[in-house]
Amino acid sequence: MPHATLGISFDGVEKRFGSFLALRGVTLAIAPGEFVALLGANGAGKTTLLRIAAKLSTPTKGTVSLFGGSAGIHPDERASASRGALAPALSSDAAKSAIGMVAHNTLLYDELTAAENLNFFARLYALENPRVHDALAAAGLASRSASLVRTFSRGMRQRLAIARALLHSPRMLLLDEPAAGLDRQGLVWLGDTLARLRDQGVTVIMSTHARNESLDLATRAVSLADGRVQRDSGSGGDPRPLLTELRAEA
Amino acid sequence: MTAARATATILGKELRLEFRARELLTITVVFALVIVVLFSFAFDPTAGESRRYGPGLLWIAFLFAGSLMLNPSFAREQSNQTLDALRMAPISPFAILAGKMLANLIFLAIAEIILVPVFAVLYNISLAGVVGRLALVLLLGTVGLVVTGTVFSAVASHARMRELLLPLLLLPLLAPLLTAAVEATAALFAEQPALDRAWLAFLAGFDIVFLTAAWLLSDYLLEE
Repeated sequence: MPHATLGISFDGVEKRFGSFLALRGVTLAIAPGEFVALLGANGAGKTTLLRIAAKLSTPTKGTVSLFGGSAGIHPDERASASRGALAPALSSDAAKSAIGMVAHNTLLYDELTAAENLNFFARLYALENPRVHDALAAAGLASRSASLVRTFSRGMRQRLAIARALLHSPRMLLLDEPAAGLDRQGLVWLGDTLARLRDQGVTVIMSTHARNESLDLATRAVSLADGRVQRDSGSGGDPRPLLTELRAEA
Repeated sequence: MTAARATATILGKELRLEFRARELLTITVVFALVIVVLFSFAFDPTAGESRRYGPGLLWIAFLFAGSLMLNPSFAREQSNQTLDALRMAPISPFAILAGKMLANLIFLAIAEIILVPVFAVLYNISLAGVVGRLALVLLLGTVGLVVTGTVFSAVASHARMRELLLPLLLLPLLAPLLTAAVEATAALFAEQPALDRAWLAFLAGFDIVFLTAAWLLSDYLLEE
């Protein structure tokens, strides 16, 4: 049975910061349930694209649309798929509830404990049964639940940031260099977590570098350069040849 | 999630952070006390001068202390980009502002509760019989200060020189509020204390106008 999930399409998206054009007409349609590896050099526009997808930033030009769907439905089919029980476009609050993000920064309060951070965000997402303890245990932080985040190592903060992003069971997960700061054990946990999400039909867009082991989970690879989509393995295509090329170039 | 629940959640977080760190409140209270004490030593006012100039000094102390306290309100959301996390949550942007406004109102009210008796002793002003009416004037003036200050703290938080920008934006805008609050307070400190309803109405109007503007513009105020 397909999982209700979320797709996104960028149509001619440009983003300008003063005189600097970070994105130059990005057109990209990501189907519900896809696991997209977003690659590119520093400054290629990966973070900007993720921030626009998260509705944290507004495009200077072009449109971005989020749409409900089922895992495996291509964006081109979304119109026919969404005429039934699934809405073609989500309300702002519904879209926010459906998206989770792991950003460059942790998005956590250093002066709150790990449990207080997760409880705070659980309340903001109106979660009735937030399972904070389970989330901390899964991230390997159960024994430090009452510790202030400022006492955490970089890797522990990153684990908690990932736990926070997953707390509300998002249908689309945006990851900006999620492996940053993680040790060997953390990387294994991240890989297992992402594999489980992929199997559940959660749409994942992960910005990362070409050597990240989690790339093997990707069902699609997209590389950005100078704010443009440079190469795309395509929806439903095999990302491995492109990933091999990008790894060789890295 | 209702806006009220979201506001309460943000307020709870703000109070927890502040009462754990006790940075803002301590600095604000000490700063305001220093201003009042220094003015008292510098002028050594008579009873008449205290009634005449005291309200102005008191509100200038509140204003400076307030601008000092309000600056970190949004600036401290920048260190780990926690404002992004708040903006991504399915809550009204106004709830974020309102939660912070209520927290700032509580912090400034605590500072005022400490400061006013010290001011009364130093400037030899009797508060007997005017406490309730003075509380009303302080409440209306402080709401205006906090609403505008929190809004401009959000605006200035993205700027590089935000510590300087906030007072520059805020203080000129608060001149009408300052005038009304000083006049209303002066009427209470007079030999025949009276509640000046015209200035009180002005303060209430100021609060309503800026609170409505904050509500209407909250989407844009928190944008990148």
